[in-house]
Amino acid sequence: MLRVEETQAPVEFSPELLKKFDEIVSRYPEGKQKSALLPILHLVQAELGWLSAAAMDTVAEYLSIQSIEVYEVATFYSMYFMRPQGKYVLEVCRTGPCCLVGAEKIMDHIEEKLGVKEGEVTSDGLFSWRGVECLAACGFGPVLQIGPEYTFYENLTNEGVDKLIAELKAKGKN
Amino acid sequence: MARKLLLEHINVPGINTFDVYRSKGGYASVEKALKTMSPDEVVEEVKKSGLRGRGGAGFPTGMKWSFLAKPEGVARYLVCNADESEPGTFKDRYLMTYIPHLLIEGMITASYALGAKVSYIYVRGEMMPQIRILEKAIAEAKNAGFLGKNILGSGYDLELYVQPGGGAYICGEETALLESLEGKRGNPRIKPPFPAIAGLYGCPTVVNNVESIAAVVPIINEGGEEYAKIGIGRSTGTKLISAGGNVKNPGVYEIDLGLPAEEFLYSDEYCGGIANGKRLKAVVAGGSSVPILPANLFLKTINNQPRLMSYESLSDGGFATGTMMGSGGFIAFDEDQCIVRNTWNFTRFYHHESCGQCSPCREGTGWMEKVLHRLEYGHGKMSDMDLLVDVSKKIEGNTICPLGDAAAWPVASAIRHFRDEFEWHVTNASEAVTRNFGLAHYADPLPKPEVVA
Repeated sequence: MLRVEETQAPVEFSPELLKKFDEIVSRYPEGKQKSALLPILHLVQAELGWLSAAAMDTVAEYLSIQSIEVYEVATFYSMYFMRPQGKYVLEVCRTGPCCLVGAEKIMDHIEEKLGVKEGEVTSDGLFSWRGVECLAACGFGPVLQIGPEYTFYENLTNEGVDKLIAELKAKGKN
Repeated sequence: MARKLLLEHINVPGINTFDVYRSKGGYASVEKALKTMSPDEVVEEVKKSGLRGRGGAGFPTGMKWSFLAKPEGVARYLVCNADESEPGTFKDRYLMTYIPHLLIEGMITASYALGAKVSYIYVRGEMMPQIRILEKAIAEAKNAGFLGKNILGSGYDLELYVQPGGGAYICGEETALLESLEGKRGNPRIKPPFPAIAGLYGCPTVVNNVESIAAVVPIINEGGEEYAKIGIGRSTGTKLISAGGNVKNPGVYEIDLGLPAEEFLYSDEYCGGIANGKRLKAVVAGGSSVPILPANLFLKTINNQPRLMSYESLSDGGFATGTMMGSGGFIAFDEDQCIVRNTWNFTRFYHHESCGQCSPCREGTGWMEKVLHRLEYGHGKMSDMDLLVDVSKKIEGNTICPLGDAAAWPVASAIRHFRDEFEWHVTNASEAVTRNFGLAHYADPLPKPEVVA
């Protein structure tokens, strides 16, 4: 079960971020600002890396809705993280068509290479990984994506994954 | 070589930009519709085209449009369903990535036909790169006067926005999508009322798949009757097929509906046969939700007629010996693949994606996943196959939305056609965890049907 992390650290959004929120809210009719919830949660997660209870409470306040309305949405959708993750989360498609072309072996390789199990974070804080359901790229499997930009990598091989991890390691340390 | 209506210019360098797209005749359908046609005339052309919803259900698009309620003073909405997440399907991602203006153009023409002043494209959240592409395309179209106030001097106003989802297969179901667009959990609504009466914010709404909306462009440019000349019977026009799994040339292909299945799978113009010189074992023809067919039944119907890539021919034989067109997610399985493992994988998917509203689906998908897991890992019982069929029957038809059916069909059809492989997993449990069952008789030619006197 997903649960909302207890955290009291207050969260304040930057004026730039709030400006983006305002632009999103303007896309919907008057009084329907709740429609902005999913896009706003994506922006918050891109900023903070995950969604703490305090962050969600602040979003609720901004949208003039109850905190529970944010929690129930955040825990329903698979893209929102309810606890801190690695800086780079490698999300590998684990659904049928990708498995026909070797997705399971790629996940085994990532687990071995990073030395952490699915959902865990490496000790340097740089990586975590998980299997996700169909990413709609079945002809180019195995595939993985990395948020918050959701950069996409297709036709994965063990060597390709090694290279990607090495690149991210170099980039992440700077 | 078949004519391409949607992908004709897909390889033109820069076709993702407004200028190049426009130079290839792009946005002509908007000009034609706004300057020379009434909204109802646009709807009429789409009706004439016989276009059927390309998202999976295959419901006639023109008819869906004509159901839209038009009470005075109430806003109407067009929402594009770009929540592509049916395993095996990747055509919408392809279209949005490479030729985004085709979707934008279709959205403008369709919104005009429906009288929508604000329209949304709901894209699954994982497709952030495609969301950025679409937002750029919208800005370009707006800059050129094809969106915003008084488009092309016609007096018609339209704003178009892209909405990201949060990662949930269920939001491909149209009422769940609308809930999600309203900022809620993606729980499908009880119908009626249908979205055409009470959809987004309780207003009349049409929800159409990306490919359906893109198809409006050639339909308006060339006329519904011309479009309807392509295809066979009630399967008119062209269809994007996403070919994946163990085919030699995976990718997105635009076919004329009615293309022989054998030609699609084996011709070099399309899939090019099975990769690595292997033999075909089974096919899922329309996305993971449709019944799986063994090779022989995929290539020929039970009456020994060649199977065609059309709505009617794919469903020839009902669920006993046929399947469905679905969303066109074509998955080929070679001789080395394990049907039990794949069925377990698909069922895990449906269990993960069930929204949890209806207990038959919420609980049933979990039970099926557990039973299939134990079969695959050598702990199955002979009674498990009947148990699975029993559970699947209790899900099917007993849920608010079709996810329950979609979870039940792959299991029921796998056991229907591959029962001996499931039984082998029980009788040869230790062997089954180290090797696969193989091809068996599935690729044999069909036995001649008995002549009933």
